[in-house]
Amino acid sequence: MKCEEMLAMLNEYVDGTIDPAICDEFEQHMAGCNPCQVVVDNIRKTITLYKAGQPYELPLKFHERLHGALREKWKETHKSK
Amino acid sequence: MTLKPSDAELVARAKLGDLAAFEALTSRYEQRVYSLAMRMLRQEQDAEDVTQQTFLSALENLNGFRGEASFSTWLLRIAAHAALKVIRKRKGLDTVSLEEATESQDENGAIPHPEYIADWRQSPEELVQRNETRRLLDGALAQLDEKHRLVFLLRDVEGLSVKETAEALGLSEANVKVRLLRARLQLREQLTRTLGNPERRLIPTHNHPH
Repeated sequence: MKCEEMLAMLNEYVDGTIDPAICDEFEQHMAGCNPCQVVVDNIRKTITLYKAGQPYELPLKFHERLHGALREKWKETHKSK
Repeated sequence: MTLKPSDAELVARAKLGDLAAFEALTSRYEQRVYSLAMRMLRQEQDAEDVTQQTFLSALENLNGFRGEASFSTWLLRIAAHAALKVIRKRKGLDTVSLEEATESQDENGAIPHPEYIADWRQSPEELVQRNETRRLLDGALAQLDEKHRLVFLLRDVEGLSVKETAEALGLSEANVKVRLLRARLQLREQLTRTLGNPERRLIPTHNHPH
């Protein structure tokens, strides 16, 4: 397996959905290729970091405005029944 | 302790005319929708508009929601398209259809090779604690083409499966995978340029014989 081929398999490897036979090849390649090892590690950390990011706080005022707008719309769409 | 009603139960109640059930669903997901919109648009007013449009549209089209996808995936799909629309408008391309915006034409080229390869100086756990990390993450995200950004946000931040992401965006799974790979590689590249330890930088060996 070349670096190029392993790059194409990167998602499947990182997500754990890779074919077990290819996984062995992938790991053999990594064992002998330090840059590829580091790239895989970087990618894992990148995903972890984004996953761990805090969501944006919804402004309270907007929460109220949003629910107000929903109640208005609800009245409009439900009165005809 | 009372068990929280499932999304499906709340949807069923809302369809029967229970506004409180619809508001409960809104309260459950408004933060996620707003966050997705903020990460796509980086502008509070636009993110609020997209969030409001998303829930108003969900309210109007609730009877059309048949539960093939989960309610959250359905909502995120509406939000994703609303956010893309804002981006197209910003670019002055408001006549371009959403199909075109999500269509794939440029995904067949070679996958870009990693260039800056180095171990990071800090662990993700340490980095999360730092204030400047959000700016770094959002800055790197902003560099991505919106098509790649949206796939990454839905799959890796919102935790949708590849299949759900494909459904939400009207793309094939193969296309989602290619976009996700590009997004992950590009973000890795960006972040490693800042977070990587220059003393431990490795030179890529593109074609060594393994």
